[in-house]
This record gives sequence, structure tokens and C-alpha cells, in this order.
Amino acid sequence: MTSMTPPSAAAPLLEVQHLEVSFPTKTKTLVAVRDVSFTLHRGERLGLVGESGAGKSITGFSILKLISRPGRISNGSILFEGRDLVPLSEQEMRPLRGDRISMIFQDPMMTLNPVLTIGTQMIETLLAHRRLSRREARDQAIETLRAVHIPSPEKRMDQYPHQFSGGMRQRIVIAIALLTRPSLIIADEPTTALDVTIQAEILDLLLELAEHEGMGLLLITHDLAVVSQVTDRVAVMYAGRIVEIGPTEQVVHAPQHPYTQGLLAALPQTHAGEPGTGRLAQIHGIMPSLYNTPPGCAFHPRCPVRIHACSETVPALRPCSQTGTLAACHLVE
Amino acid sequence: METLFFILSWTQPTINALAIAALSLFFLWMLGGRFLMPAAWGRFADSHLVYSFRRDAVAKGSLGILLVLLVASFACPWIAPTNPYDPASLDLMMAQTPPAWMEGGEPDQLPAFVLGADDQGRDLLSTMLYGMRVSLVIGIGAVLLQAVLGIAIGLTAGYLGKRVEMLLMRLADVQLSFSTLLVAIFIGAMFRTAFGVASYERLAVPILICIIGLAEWPQYARTVRASVLAEKKKEYVEAARVVGLPAWRIMLRHILPNTLSPVLVISTVQVANAMMTEAGLSFLGFGMPVTQPSLGSLINTGFEYLLSGSWWITIFPGALLVVLILSINLLGDFCRDVMNPRLYKGM
Amino acid sequence: MIMSTALVSIRNVVKHFDISGGLLEQLRFSGGRPTLKRTVVHALNDVSLDVQQGETLAVVGESGCGKSTLARAVVCLHQLSSGEIHYRDQRIDHLPPARLLPFRTKLQMIFQDPYASLNPRMTVQRILEEPLRLHHRAMTPAQIAERVAAVMEQVGVRASWARQYPHEFSGGQRQRISIARALIVDPECIVADEPISALDVSIQAQILNLMMDLQESRALTYLFISHDLNVVRRIATRVAVMYLGSLCELATARQLFESPRHPYTQALLSAIPALGRGRRGRIRLSGELSTPIDLPRGCVFHPRCPHAYEPCRVDTPAPQTLDTGTVVACHAVRDGRI
Repeated sequence: MTSMTPPSAAAPLLEVQHLEVSFPTKTKTLVAVRDVSFTLHRGERLGLVGESGAGKSITGFSILKLISRPGRISNGSILFEGRDLVPLSEQEMRPLRGDRISMIFQDPMMTLNPVLTIGTQMIETLLAHRRLSRREARDQAIETLRAVHIPSPEKRMDQYPHQFSGGMRQRIVIAIALLTRPSLIIADEPTTALDVTIQAEILDLLLELAEHEGMGLLLITHDLAVVSQVTDRVAVMYAGRIVEIGPTEQVVHAPQHPYTQGLLAALPQTHAGEPGTGRLAQIHGIMPSLYNTPPGCAFHPRCPVRIHACSETVPALRPCSQTGTLAACHLVE
Repeated sequence: METLFFILSWTQPTINALAIAALSLFFLWMLGGRFLMPAAWGRFADSHLVYSFRRDAVAKGSLGILLVLLVASFACPWIAPTNPYDPASLDLMMAQTPPAWMEGGEPDQLPAFVLGADDQGRDLLSTMLYGMRVSLVIGIGAVLLQAVLGIAIGLTAGYLGKRVEMLLMRLADVQLSFSTLLVAIFIGAMFRTAFGVASYERLAVPILICIIGLAEWPQYARTVRASVLAEKKKEYVEAARVVGLPAWRIMLRHILPNTLSPVLVISTVQVANAMMTEAGLSFLGFGMPVTQPSLGSLINTGFEYLLSGSWWITIFPGALLVVLILSINLLGDFCRDVMNPRLYKGM
Repeated sequence: MIMSTALVSIRNVVKHFDISGGLLEQLRFSGGRPTLKRTVVHALNDVSLDVQQGETLAVVGESGCGKSTLARAVVCLHQLSSGEIHYRDQRIDHLPPARLLPFRTKLQMIFQDPYASLNPRMTVQRILEEPLRLHHRAMTPAQIAERVAAVMEQVGVRASWARQYPHEFSGGQRQRISIARALIVDPECIVADEPISALDVSIQAQILNLMMDLQESRALTYLFISHDLNVVRRIATRVAVMYLGSLCELATARQLFESPRHPYTQALLSAIPALGRGRRGRIRLSGELSTPIDLPRGCVFHPRCPHAYEPCRVDTPAPQTLDTGTVVACHAVRDGRI
């Protein structure tokens, strides 16, 4: 673990620059992620929010270079601990995946093998990345299970995934992700499949671990409330681009981009007025598909405050003077 | 009994006519669909199936070969040099004539005897084309029978569940535990003893269709039942029940159309299987009689002369059978890959 | 509890699913002797609820609490193990399909998954025509087409798209079509099973607003099943909270959100993710989750309940009406401990 000490502590843990991911199809090339740039520092928690099709999961997968063919990273760089991952081969990526960078999926059964005990799975994961005896690996696995608050971990080690409830399984997946003490965890909708009470527990756990272990957390979710509780900074994605990025408090309480504003206003909990009365604020229309992204700002057909320029030029991310967030909107000053 | 004979004797012409109609519809659709039904054509041309087909050389090749063979076999009365069913075409003097390009061939009689003659002196190419038609009619007919039986039973079992399902699926298991060949030999022998060889020869095609069709329906029943079980859980079926539609209508209008993709896939394989079974039976002498030889019985008759030098009587029908079955199976594989719901959802 | 003014009345409904499978799967060996063991899911255990005309009664709970089973029981998709469903004082749960038909036009359902709830092989036109053809045999094709177009416009789908297949629409539009199918027979009551949980946030608001508009213009009654308390707070008149197949609490939305009485309701409310970091004292639930296959004895919530005491482990608490009108099934509330 000490063999891979980062080159310099000041450099960001993860720096994604101008990332572009495209999928060639029969008629044309679909660009799922365009010009996405963000940085993530050690110990920082960044949220990536957007609706389905916004490109948030593809961004997360591309950091691990898990884009399935024929999709590919067609532009940009991904600097992880100062090293660009984009040109790396599959073989060079393998020691990074599951070791320095771990991923947590929405469905725990994507990670867990149903026919192996969780103990076996954890020990195998550890032995694949570390020179340890089985005894040491087992101890370390039990230690990690305890860290994610699984009661009586020694006994639980010998059980199969189906013997655990949904929340417990997600804890185990988190434990497996933590085993190698990665410096970056990418969590793709980690609580979406869970019930509210369990979701709250898992979020508490993620928050606690991120603070304790000092690792970077990239939380990908559609749920603004979840993001607002866990992350320091948040990036809002729409139709493959980041439309707003900044400190979570600022983005949630003083959103600058009309899409972020609309999204927040559409949440049923905002302006919780008299129960049973009053309509919700709604954004009209739907997100454009990748096949026909409108020219200019992709949000302009749905935007309530659009001006002429919106349909012609793509707005760049610009700092907003009041809040310190960056927003990609012609109207932000 | 006579009425049964009468009905059964219509099987071959009916299937022949159906096949010709289907083929012409297919060509009409390929040629004129774009203009006749532009909306439906557009959906078809944009579909995943057509897109994958255009990019798959093997599938294109197989379909091409298959179409040529299908047209050649169902158009055999017009394109074959002679009519092997005509007793006048039998000429023992010409028996075992080698192919036209070989020594002892009959190049001046072309197009007749281009591939030589069989042991009865019939033109081998014509006999093969007629034989392929017999094989295809039996294959398609048996599969139609299997499909009708299997889909009905599988749909009922899957939708009604409980006791009915258990009874029907156990019936399928029992059916599968009989060997098709043994059952066919048994029934064929019984029929010959009961009604004589002459009536067997008249009714060989429908009898073989029935035997092979009845033997293999469980394949369909199992496939359909499995996809019915998957579809039944979907909310659109519940929605149809909330609307108040009767069970038969939900089965036929809602569930059945959504289970047809796997049915289509197994149908290709089943046609090939049925033709193989028929060839196997004929080879063993329990299938088509010598007067109306199928590819299998041609291979069988030629087998006696194989070692005495007249290899063409066995090898040409054998090669034709292999090409036919291979192209059907390759096409079936392609369909299975494209329609596999795990690889690709929705159509 | 039984009021004759209720539109839909759910009375002591019990629903068990036997998932033991065939004989071989039931076979167990205990003490060297083969025994047959049946596996039963206790989806609903003695649930009673009344849906009043014109209201939106929301049923909330976590997965496995039986809320979807309840929805399907109300529209008679399940045969009940025991109990009764009444519609305007007529018992409907035991009726044969033919006698149930008139009620099918009164009571309709909207489903969760807009991708599974429309038949992929039927055009929108055919999907919407089918109920009319069944229930209104006297209608001419022109009348049917007119009705279909009118309902499509009302739910916000262009009538000119009627010839399209469901896969050509987005999730939100499909859900609108699904709503149109329920509306086309002009029902009085709609059972909505998580109608917006499969949709994106910005689309959720559209569908929710549409449902509220339709309720106003058509005087609809909703039985609204959801796991999302934020949504429920916006739309519901009254809320029923369920846990493992039992009713915990039933109250007006305002009562429930302002002063929840049942310990489970309290925990559930405190777990709602709110915007912003202000994580006020969340009630942490401990203990293993029980499954509906082996229900705990006594109160189903007691293994996780922070207030559990002796009677909770022995007796199933009966629902009781408090002065505020709230119905709670909890020993601790009854005894004045909380």
C-alpha cells in the first residue's frame, strides 16, 4: 500500500479534462459525454447529478475505462494521481481497478458472486492485489466488515450473498470496495435500490468512511437530496455536459443554471406548503436524445429564460460572481 | 377411413401451395413493400434484425442459398429436365449413367442427365429437386404441426398454471422420452401391415408429417411456456386483466405476440431437424418409398452402388441435403443471436 | 371503523403467497425424517382501510411491506386468503370475472414501470381502444376514435401519435398513455402503484401535476401507493403507513407529517433525505430486518423498534383511533409510553 505513494500531495487526486465519450452507431456517432472537466481532491466528495441519459454514469465508467465497445473515450485526459489513464492498456488498468480506484454499483449483485461466500470473495479480492497470507487476508476482511458495521463479522464471512438483506449486501459491496484502502471510490447510484431507512444508513456510512479514510468519493446519482447530504461539491450534468459545478451548499441553495433551478423546484419537498394542495414547478418537455441534441445550449428548448444566443452558441462554464460556482449559461454574470 | 385418406392425401398439395404462396409473398414484400405499405416497411427496414442482417455475410449467404434452393424445389415441375414421377421417365437402360462431364456420361442429352441417373434410370438432378421438395414439405409440415400443438399447449400451461401446467408439462416429458425414430418405425410398420404397402406409398408424406410433428411438439411447448411465464409477470398483462379482458383474449392478443421471437428462432432449427429425421427414416427404409424418393431415400438407394463406382447417386443428394440444412441452421443461429433477449431488449 | 360512505372499503384483508413450489422443493429432512415444508409469504396481514370519495389516500412503506399487493388486491388481481373488498358497499373480491366487469370501469389502475405496462406489440390506438370495445359495445368506431383522441389530448399526448408503438415514446409519455388507458373507461377511482418512481425528477413533477389536474377535472379518487414520502406529502389527503404487511398508522397528511405517532412512522420521516446538510437527529433503527416469510411474533416492527417492551413481543397490536383521528397500531402509544 505504501509502494504506490502519490507523486505530490498538492496535485489533485483526479483531474478530468475535456472528456469526450462517443458511441459510433449505424448512422452516426453519438457523443454521450462532451467536454467534461472537473477535479477531485484527496478526501473530497464530489457529486455527479443528472437525469437518466445525462451521461453521468458513462463519465464514472470512463474513469475506470469500463466503457463497453464500440464506445470509446474520443478526447480528453483523465489524470489520476498525476498519471493519465486514457492511453493505458487494459493490462495496465487492471492493477488500478479495485485497488487504487474502487467502484460501487447500484445493484449489489453486480459485484457479488452468488455462489461464493462473502469471505471467499473478500479474501480473493485482497490476495489479487496484495501479498498476504490467507490468515492475514481473512483478518483484514473481518476488520473491514466491522468498519461497515456488519454485526458478528466472523460468522457472516461464511455466508452467501443471498443470506443478506439488500442493505447488508450494499454494506458488503462497500466493504469489498474499501478492502484495498483505495484513494478513490466511484459510487454509481449506491442507494437507489434501497429503502429510505436503509438508504440513510448507507449514506451515513459512506460519509463516515470518506471522512475517516480520507479517500476521494465520486458519488453518481439522480437524487439531489442524497448529493446535498453527502458531498462537498456537486456537478450537474445535462445532455452530456456539465451545466453547473460548485460547492454543494451554493448549488442547492442558490442554483445559477436554469436547469438546476428547474430541477430543484420540481422536487416535491421544496416549498413544502400545505399538504395535498398546489402543483409542483415543472420543467416542460424532456431531455433531448443523443440522436438530436439541439444546437447551442442543449437546454434551450426547455428553458424558460432563453435568449437568442442560446440556440446558436454553446455556453462555456463561467464563474458566477455571487456564489463562486461555475455555470454554463449565457445569462449568468 | 376413405375420408381420412382423402383428407390426408391433400396435405402435400396444400403445403406445397402454402409454401409457394409464402415465397411469393416474401418476394413481393421485398420488391414492393416499400411502396405498398411504407410505414410498416420503414419499421421493418429500420429494425435491429434487418440492420444486423445487412452486416452479417454468413446470414446473407445462407438466406441467398436457401432462397435459391426453396425456389428450385417448389418450382421443380417447371424447371426440372424430366418428371421422375412419370413412369415413362424410368429407363433401365440409362440406369447409373454417370454425370455428363465423366466418361460414359450423356452430354448430348443435356440438360437431362447432367448429374447422371439413379439406379432406375431417372435423371438424377430432377429426382433430387423433386426429392428436396418432398423433404421440405415434410420438414415444413411437421414444424407447422409441432408449432400449432406446442404453442397451444405451452400457452395454456404457462397462463393457467397450477394443475393444468403440471399435467401438460409432464405429458411433454413423457413424449420426449420416446425416440422419434422408434415411434416412426413402429407406426410405419403398423400402417403397412394394416392397410398394405400401396396405401402407405400414397400417404407416406402426411404420415411422416404426423409422426415427426407429434414427436417434437414439446420443444415448442417448453419454449412458449417459458416465455409466457416471463411475459405473464409484466405489468401490461396485469393491466389487461384490470381492463377486464377474458383470459383467452389476454393469451392470444397480449401474451402470444410477445412470445413469437423465440418461436421463430426454434422453428428454423426444427425445420432442419425434421428434415434430418425424415432423411434418417428414409435412409433406414421406413420413410419415403422409391416411387417418390426424398433426399434421404435417394441417399439410401445410392448407398448400395457407392462402392461399385456409382458414387453420384449418394453423394449429390447428400451434398444437397447438407447445404440445405446448413443454410437453415446458420440462419437459425443468426436469428437466435439477434433476437436473444439477453443481448438485445425489445424489437 | 366501517363507514358506509367509503368508496372502497378494504376489510380485514389477508393475503398469503405459497412459494413452496413442487413436492421436491418442499421436501426437508428434519431429525432423519423427510417432512414437507411449505414456504409462505405473508404479504398482507389483516389490513383494513377505507378510501373516501374524492380523496387521495396514500399508502407508504418500504419494499416488502405489502403495499403493491394491497393495490392489486383492491383491483381484484389477487385472490384474497381472507377478508373482503367492498366497492360502494358491494362486495367485489369474490365475484366471477363476468360479474366483475361493471366494476372494471369504475376502478382502474396505473402501474409503476412505463416500459412494462404497455404491450410492445400494440399501437397506442389499439391499447386505448381495447377497453372501450370491451365495455361499450354500442359505440361506433367514430365514437371510439373520438374518445381516444379526447383522452390522449387530456393527458398531454398528441392524438396524431396514436399510430405509434410504445417504444417510440419516452418514459414520461408512456406513463401518460398508461394513465390514458385507465381514464378511457371513465373510472371513479384509480389505484396508482408507484406511478412516478421509475421516472426522472423533472418528469415526475409533470406526471404528478397531471394526476392532480385530472383529479380536479374528473373528481377522481386515488389510492396512491408510494415509497417516496416527499411525493406523498405533496399529493395525499390521508396517509397509511405499512410495515411487513400490517398497517402501522393512518392519519391525515398534515397530522402524519407534523406529529407522527407510530415509532416506525417517526423513523421513516426522520430518514427522508432533505436538501442541504442539516442532518437533524435521525432515528437510527437497529436490529435485523425481518422478512415476510418468517414474521416476528407480536408486533411485526418490534425487532427494530426503539420503544419495544414486553407486550410488543407477544401480542399483535390492534389499530385504535386516537382523539386526533389518527389510527395507530402500537402498544406503546396505547399505554401512553410515547
